[in-house]
This record gives sequence, C-alpha cells and structure tokens, in this order.
Amino acid sequence: MAEERVTKLASERAVVVFTKSGCCMCHTVMTLLVGELAVSAAVHELDRDPLGREMEKELARRLGRGAPAVPAVFIGGRLVGGTSKVMAMHLKGELVPLLKNAGALWL
Amino acid sequence: MESRLGVPVSSAAAAENARGGMSGFAAPQHATHNNMQPSQVTDFGALAQSAGFRIEDLTNLSTNTLFNLKSNAHTIINDSLQFGNYGKSISPSNITTTAAVPVVDPEALVPQKGAQLNLVTIRTGNVENWGESTMADTSPRTDTSTDPDTDERNQMFEQGQLADPTASDSSDRSKDKLDHKTLRRLAQNREAARKSRLRKKIETYSVRARASSGSSTGALAFDMEYARWLEEHNKYINELRAAVNAHASDTDLRSIVDNIMAHYDEIFKLKGVAAKADVFHVLSGMWKTPAERCFMWLGGFRSSELLKLLAGQLEPLTEQQLAGIANLQQSSQQAEDALSQGMEALQQSLAETLASGSLGPAGSSGNVANYMGQMAMAMGKLGTLENFLRQADNLRLQTLQQMQRILTTRQSARALLAISDYFSRLRALSSLWLARPRE
Repeated sequence: MAEERVTKLASERAVVVFTKSGCCMCHTVMTLLVGELAVSAAVHELDRDPLGREMEKELARRLGRGAPAVPAVFIGGRLVGGTSKVMAMHLKGELVPLLKNAGALWL
Repeated sequence: MESRLGVPVSSAAAAENARGGMSGFAAPQHATHNNMQPSQVTDFGALAQSAGFRIEDLTNLSTNTLFNLKSNAHTIINDSLQFGNYGKSISPSNITTTAAVPVVDPEALVPQKGAQLNLVTIRTGNVENWGESTMADTSPRTDTSTDPDTDERNQMFEQGQLADPTASDSSDRSKDKLDHKTLRRLAQNREAARKSRLRKKIETYSVRARASSGSSTGALAFDMEYARWLEEHNKYINELRAAVNAHASDTDLRSIVDNIMAHYDEIFKLKGVAAKADVFHVLSGMWKTPAERCFMWLGGFRSSELLKLLAGQLEPLTEQQLAGIANLQQSSQQAEDALSQGMEALQQSLAETLASGSLGPAGSSGNVANYMGQMAMAMGKLGTLENFLRQADNLRLQTLQQMQRILTTRQSARALLAISDYFSRLRALSSLWLARPRE
C-alpha cells in the first residue's frame, strides 16, 4: 500500500518532494528547488500522512542503504534521489535540463 | 583561559593575548612577554627590511609552513611536526608558531646557531640575517623577565657563543666561527632530539588536554592529521608548480593534478570522520588560522568564492568554458545558499525547542519530563549538523571536480596553484596580523 501511495503521489506533479516537518535538510532542498530555481513542487510531509511510517521505509528502501529517507525528490514521476544526488546533479548542470524536460521550469 | 604552564589554550582570544606584542618572527612566545617594553617589540616591517626582505616576499613564500600559525595550543605541535619533515631546510625554532609556549619544551624553541644557518637553504636566501637580528632584538632585553623560559633561553645564548647580541649585523662574524657541515650535523641531531621531545610532549599534552579542557581526542587527532595533510598538500603543490614552470607534458601535469584531487578527497574524508567524533570542532574552524576561520563557511571554503577568484586567471578560455565556469559558479552559489538557509532553519528550530519553557513550579515532575523531552529533541536536531557539514564538503569537492572537467589539464594545474596560493597567503596574513606590533 505504501509503495503504491508513494508512486501515485510521485506522479501527481512534475516535481514531488517527500519531507518531514522539522527536517532541515528538506528545507535546504526545497530552498534550492523552489527558492532558487523557481520550480513549483508538491510537498508531502510523511509525518502528517497516516501511512507515513511505511512510506518512509519504502523511500529508504528505494534510496539505498544508509541514505536518509527524506528528502526524497521525484522529477517527472521518477526518483532522482536525496540531497546529495540533487546537489551533485545541479553542480554538473544536469538538474535544470531534467526539470525543463519534466515541464517543471518555464524559461 | 590561562596560557601558563600546563593548561592548553583553546580559545582564540586567550591565544591572541599570549601572542600579542611579541617581537617578530623568530622569537618564541612567552607567557610574560608583557615584561618587554613596547619599544623592544620589533617593528615587523623594519625587521623584514633589515633582513633584506620585502613584506610581499614574505607572503609569497610558497613554503607556507613558515607562516602557518594557528590559534590554539595544539597547533604549535602541529607546526613543529610539519617542520620536522623539512628537517634540513627549516628549523621550527626559527618559525613563529603561536599559542602557549609552556606546552612546548622551551629548549626546542631556542633559535640556535646551526638551526639559523639552515635557513640559508630556503630559497629566499637572505633569511640568515633575519634570524640573527631577531635574536639581537630579543635576547638581552628579556633579562628582566622572570619567565623561566626566558632565563633558559639566555643561558643557551651564552653557551652558544653567539655574536654580540646587541649587534644587528653580526651575521658575517658568526658564520666564520663554525663550518657549515658541522653545523648541519649538529642541527640535524638537535632536530632529531627535538622531534622525540615533541612527540613526548604531544602524548603528555593530549592527556592533559583531555583532562583539563575537555577538548576531545578526536579534535586533537584531527588537528594533527590536518597539519600533516597540509604539509603533504604543499609538497604536491610545489611539485605541480615545478612541472608547470618546466613546461611539463600534459600527461605529467595530469598525474600530479589527479594526485592533488585525490588528496583533497582525503581531507574531506578525514573531516567526515572527525565530524562524527566532534562536529563542533570541525565547524568551529579552530584547526584553521584566524583569517581563514573568519571567512569560513560551514566548516570550510566557499566554492563559489573560489571560482570568482579564478576569474581572469585562467585565460584564455573558450566560450564554452566561460559558460561552464559561470554556470558552475552560479549553481555552487545556489547550493551554498540553500545549505545556509537549511542551517538557519536548524538554528531556529533548535532555538524554539530550547526556548519552549514550562513555567510551572520548580521541581515538578512535569517540568523535568518536559526538560528531558526538550533536550532529547534538541539532541536529535544537533545530529543533523553532521549532515550539513557533509553536504558542504561534498559541494566543495564536487565543485573542484566539475571545474576540472571544464578546464584543460594546464588550466586545471594553474587553477589548483592559484587556489593553493590564495589560502597560503591567507594563512600568511594570519601570521602577519598576529605578529603585528601593538602599542
């Protein structure tokens, strides 16, 4: 159930970010996407979701061993990764093209 | 914090006081330096000039170990360790290392005859006079000091059969007295003895440090590792500089550049390990020199600033390269800003947690439970500091790596040299600042 919910929510918008309230790293990623890059993103706070705990486990599973489950960034319905991945992509100049492709950024 | 015997100075302020008013480069620090009259404090500019230096020369010395002052007691040992490996060329006694002298065997710091002449082997050959004139300035005037360190120093001066300390240009006379080979051998013996004394001191010191000031072994260990890393880094940089100046092939340059990049990777890993043990120590920047620390961001340098520095130094760049560097500068800036905002959110969140007071009667169990709950929550938040530091270090490493992808091998080499020189000068600036004469 949690798995499906994650997938469903992740495809509802071009950019979807799973967070937890009070998570400061989530704030960082949101600042980058929304504040700096002016992306319009959907945010889902897992601690406010009835299935939140299971969804967190699911995200942790998808993101890989040792990685924090949040923030988890989906672009165009596909999981991109956590903070490290998003930052790395941005430095390489790969994030913006991806966002544009997904229709999340207007020139 | 006291800077007297046995107690480590771990605050920058206290260390500053210990350093203030000292006379020029080669004199070791005294806890009671304030016995010296202001007029005895060597004007740094005059000192440099008398030694045939210009201030600019000093700051351009690529052997930044000369100026690698740091502001806590640990680092005087670090610097000596660094210098230890240079053995032949630089003697720790001739370099101004700061922080509480009592931590280091005063004997080890006395500018000695042989050690002075070793300075000749440094590139900027006129340093010889420098050491001697400094001794001339400091030795007789400290007779009035009751500092036991000074008394010992004066004794050694007498024993060392030095040239008349009041003469300011006695270099020629003293040179004639002993031949170079003997002096070098003596210096090397002293070096070895000094090193083993220092190692012993480090062991004693680390025990004392842990006991008295609560600074963690993790912090001290990291400080030492960083000092070692810096020494290695400078060696690589010198190698790179030589290769660039010799118009080495791209292949040769590439291999040195790759080594340097791998070496950067190493320090970030070390910082990660250190952060697990003591994240506050790494974030505090106490392992850096004061000027570096002042302009530090989240435990290290700001990548976007570094790229701005390089602008104009890497010409000629193709259109594509220019765009690439500009984009990299912008993305790193955005990432930095995002991390900064995350940190602010953390601080705010922490403040809210700690500020939520329960104003019930003192001692009620509800209050205690609340308090403990607050603390538990605050502890959780503090845990994320490590993540922020890691992201910041990732940012730094990846910016350097991405820069490499955009630039040619030769440009990358020049970029790494420019970056290293910048920090080297910043460290030198710290030293100059700390050694400046004060009224």
